[in-house]
Amino acid sequence: MSDQSKQRVTLTVNGEHREAWVFPHESLLDVLRDVLGHYEVRYGCGEGVCGTCTVLVDGEPVSGCLLLAVQADGCSLVTVRGLAPAGDLHPLQACFLRNGAAQCGFCTPGMLLTAWALLQHDPRPSRERIRRELVGNLCRCTGYSKILDAVEEHAAEAAERAGGHG
Amino acid sequence: MAETEVPARQEAYRVVGQSPSHHDFVDKVEGSLLYAADWQLPGLLHGKVVRAEVPCARIAGMEVSAARALPGVVAVLTAADVPWNQVLERPTGGLGELAVAMPVLAADRVRYQGEPIALIAAVTAQIAEQAAELIDVEYDDLPGVFDPERALEPGAPLVHDQGNLLVSWIIARGDAAAALAAADVVVEGEYRTQRVEHAYLEPEAGVGWVDTSGVITLRVSTQVIEHAPTIATILGLPQSKLRVISTYMGGGFGGKEDMTVEPYLALLVWRTRRPVRMVWERQESIMASTKRHPFILRYRTGVQRDGSIVAQEVDIVGDAGAYPYLSPRVLFAACATASGPYRVPNVHHRARAVFTNNAPTSAFRGFGAMQVTFGYEQQMDRVADRLGLTPQAVRERNFLDKGDTIPTGERLDTAVAAGQCLRRALAALGEPARPSGPGRRIGRGFAVNMQPYGRTVWFHDRASCWISLEADGSLLLRSGITDLGAGQAASLAQIASEVLGVPLGEIGVHIGDSQLTPPAGGTFATRQLYMSGNAALAAARALRAGLLPVAAELLGAVPDDLVFEDGMVRERDTGAGRGIRLAELAAACQQRSVPTAHLGTWYAGTGTFDPATGQGASFPDYTFGAHAADVEVDTETGQVRVLGYAAAHDVGRAINPLRVEGQIQGGAYQGLGYALGEEIVVDDGQVASTLLASYLLPNAADLPDVRVIVVESGEGKGPFGARGIGEPPIGNPAATIANAVAAATGVRVTQLPITPERLLAALDAAAGDAR
Repeated sequence: MSDQSKQRVTLTVNGEHREAWVFPHESLLDVLRDVLGHYEVRYGCGEGVCGTCTVLVDGEPVSGCLLLAVQADGCSLVTVRGLAPAGDLHPLQACFLRNGAAQCGFCTPGMLLTAWALLQHDPRPSRERIRRELVGNLCRCTGYSKILDAVEEHAAEAAERAGGHG
Repeated sequence: MAETEVPARQEAYRVVGQSPSHHDFVDKVEGSLLYAADWQLPGLLHGKVVRAEVPCARIAGMEVSAARALPGVVAVLTAADVPWNQVLERPTGGLGELAVAMPVLAADRVRYQGEPIALIAAVTAQIAEQAAELIDVEYDDLPGVFDPERALEPGAPLVHDQGNLLVSWIIARGDAAAALAAADVVVEGEYRTQRVEHAYLEPEAGVGWVDTSGVITLRVSTQVIEHAPTIATILGLPQSKLRVISTYMGGGFGGKEDMTVEPYLALLVWRTRRPVRMVWERQESIMASTKRHPFILRYRTGVQRDGSIVAQEVDIVGDAGAYPYLSPRVLFAACATASGPYRVPNVHHRARAVFTNNAPTSAFRGFGAMQVTFGYEQQMDRVADRLGLTPQAVRERNFLDKGDTIPTGERLDTAVAAGQCLRRALAALGEPARPSGPGRRIGRGFAVNMQPYGRTVWFHDRASCWISLEADGSLLLRSGITDLGAGQAASLAQIASEVLGVPLGEIGVHIGDSQLTPPAGGTFATRQLYMSGNAALAAARALRAGLLPVAAELLGAVPDDLVFEDGMVRERDTGAGRGIRLAELAAACQQRSVPTAHLGTWYAGTGTFDPATGQGASFPDYTFGAHAADVEVDTETGQVRVLGYAAAHDVGRAINPLRVEGQIQGGAYQGLGYALGEEIVVDDGQVASTLLASYLLPNAADLPDVRVIVVESGEGKGPFGARGIGEPPIGNPAATIANAVAAATGVRVTQLPITPERLLAALDAAAGDAR
């Protein structure tokens, strides 16, 4: 394999302009990790089943292992580290922390991004809706209850901040 | 919100019993924690294990020259390149099991599909993959054996020349045969459990490099840094040249208790002298990583008409797969706990681990004490059914109590809150729902269990922890503990904070380094809160005892009147006025040559076990718990829907209640996956599917919230009276669901998992019998 077969892709990652030369067969996951250093996006299965490698591509959650990097050319990506400025936690992350929603933490970034995307579409989802939206993000540690608690709590707080009646 | 009941607390603790967040959890929600695969070094190579494609064969030849010649390949290693090509671990300390060594790389014979046969290091993962495909192996297939009972028959193919019976444990007390013959009623039952995968979200991974002074350093996802001496032996290096660092793990559940990537990574680093990363693919992990033992359990339970158990015979056969790993100990735990939390005056338990040409089985949360719950708790329901008593009444009649003797002949010396757990779990469920439609039936079931915490006492277990007071008044805590995500490290900081009054944010925690942190003995067997928790408590108390007279002198106070809080030592009840900051105290200690660093070591109790009589010392103590569930069975489809689920465990004392709830919810959920869907299907040693997509892990919508009841008896052998809670909650769900399904339908499914197909077949068979 020579570098001639590499292609240039241009991405926005967490608001930052990035360029990378990638092989056409390379997954977005591999490029984010090994080329761009975004280790918060994690390999769990390579089949698009576990949701651990979830990233937001133009606002929608996508499994990074199923998308080729060249397919993401020109897209705007958000990883969990893009949810809040460095050193800060997004209120949803703070709710995860308070509720003990992370144990081993490996699935947490994907879980946060899927939940964040849900809340963009439905700011006050029912617990059942949250369950259904999170089916593509597996967690082996928590039994999900505390993750659901965290998402619900954040939605309630956000509604309160917005002056809603909860 | 999921409801949780936490009891009122009498004692005044400041930090113990609170649920503060700890630094590692901040890192986890931020996404900044660097797991084992997330480590980058200059010139990093990618390592790969080449694995056997067949389960049982002689290796007639292996051609690696094409792989070696591929540009970008830096090393290809086979068995001949391994300085000491065997792992010989005596998991019980040599108490009766066969001495069978496992090769690091198979040389002339493969014994299971996926067994490592060669190693590759290349400049990219892609090239390593290509090189693996260029290795040409010639296999002469041999007859294999894939069923443990078949493996016990005379003339069965031998997995190892030493024989197929790895170990046979007996635990016996009284005269079970005579008592069964004299019993009013004898209930028999046979139960089968399946092979399952840990399925931690983080696959096996690590990065290794040669560090200063030629020390081969492995930064890996492992529960046990104490494998370092074994790895050094494989490389032919002194122990001082081999260092293992454990990362915070992305889950382990026992699957990272044995070595995973370590010896392979170490060999590639040793050979190439370059940094190497190795990450097992999920499919590789499903094929070849260790699994939970499938058990065949046969019970005979003798009872009097009033429900009292007079005798129990249990025979257990566990499929060990192709190599010993921890099977002898798993089967010991099964043998010791096979009668559950009940008084049984006459017992005969036998538990055998048998070699087959399946992937090896080993530690998995619950460790043998889980599978037997599926047996003894269904027996209890069957006894109730036969005697016309309620399942609860039969259990209440037979529950163990403090002071009672268990089958090993030991007396329980802490509280047994099994009955309380059961009553509270049942109460938490409330009124059962009505069936949602025709053909649907509702049933309630429950199961009570006991799970050891701490290693078998023959090991003379111990753990150390170092705590020092720094110049600025902060603490440094060093422990060889490894962290699975349950807050193992955080709980030690909480204990230190409780004793020394230093805010958690001012306690630096350094863990999991075989050369820089004091040995803690590995995170398994629900032992770390008990062992390292007590070690941290000892270190903190020693530090406090050293500081106290200095503080008393400086404050002109009586030592007994002083309290440690908010980073200060001050007189009780005098407010913030009269006190000394720990930073000043540290300086004063320096002046007076008073040590400000202490190593605390906790030694567990010891004892011996006689395998011939089946009597003697076993585990330090047990955690008791009860789960209860309401299910709805669709008799047309065989589908089981869990409507409500409650879990109660006596944790002695909850150090961090939120984490305790998390352990119970997560353990119950894993156990429910085991009950209802998870199974690794193997046909003649070939794994039917290595896809995670084919492995039915429960997702967020499959099951209801687990309602948690934390019972605090105050009696446990851990710090502040705590008991371990890591493993216990996975034990109850399978029997809970089986009993609920039986209550709903009158049909008992005795083979796991309880799939719609199995349940329909059982319903059809029952209908056939009725006709």
